[in-house]
Amino acid sequence: MASVNNIEKLLEKYFEATTTVAEENELRVYFSQSEVAPHLEQYRPMFAYFSVAKKEKSTRDVPLKPRRNTNYLKWISVAAVAAIIFGVYINRPAEVSPLEETYTQEELQSARMALALFTDNFNKGTQGAAHLAEFEKNTNRFLINE
Amino acid sequence: MQQTEFLHIVIPFKDKLFRLAKRLLVSTEEAEDATQEVLLKLWSNKKKMDNYKNVEAFAMTMTKNYCLDRLKSKQAGNLKLVHTNYKDESVSLQKQVEVDDSLQWMNKIMNTLPEQQRMVLQLRDIEQYEYYEIEKMLNMKPSAVRVSLSRARKAVREQLMKKHSYGIS
Repeated sequence: MASVNNIEKLLEKYFEATTTVAEENELRVYFSQSEVAPHLEQYRPMFAYFSVAKKEKSTRDVPLKPRRNTNYLKWISVAAVAAIIFGVYINRPAEVSPLEETYTQEELQSARMALALFTDNFNKGTQGAAHLAEFEKNTNRFLINE
Repeated sequence: MQQTEFLHIVIPFKDKLFRLAKRLLVSTEEAEDATQEVLLKLWSNKKKMDNYKNVEAFAMTMTKNYCLDRLKSKQAGNLKLVHTNYKDESVSLQKQVEVDDSLQWMNKIMNTLPEQQRMVLQLRDIEQYEYYEIEKMLNMKPSAVRVSLSRARKAVREQLMKKHSYGIS
């Protein structure tokens, strides 16, 4: 155990900033004891504080990964925007191109005729179906009377 | 350089960066930000890292410069920050340091010191660096480090003695 005399000398050197790290450690050890000479008591908080302050730790992790991920996301969003623009660009000319360019006049004419034939026959069919409505009325009458 | 390799180099002194930053900026939150910023800068310059003789000393210097810049821009006028600092300090102290009156008092005394004295005291008495390391980190002359350290220690002593004789504790 260091004598009080020795500690006093070390303190003097300490305040002139001429102590070595080893000597400063000696002071720390002395002031960490429960019994300290009364006239040196006032220095105790100083050395106690230094020891405690050294234990403080940063609670955040080293942030290397998250930043990479956000970069990644950035590029994904850029790619998504590019894909959308490309899609719009691809779809546009298909809407505009007229039928006349892809089919010959004859083909179109025959298609028109076929469609006209189809609608004609379809309309006949619906006219025939209209009679069914009449049938329905009559059945309803029977049901109500019952 | 791989991430794990980088972490291996950086982790041992990460808390020292944080403590130096906190000594200067006072607020825990801001000190965490500063540490993060410095480490990210190191990471983005990792190719040059082999050229640095002492990565730790280099990182300490970066932290010092970053914090002093922050303080300067704060002085340019942000009163709100000063207020949040105050709140932050009392909360973190209660959590991280034992709830001890004299330790809180010491913390207050430390914060009254000029920045340079605070840094020298932090590096020597808390981190226990050798003088030549401190000279390199703070870019100071050997005599200047000793003078600054001696002044800082004496200033702390004076305030402690004042308190002791009043017997406030």
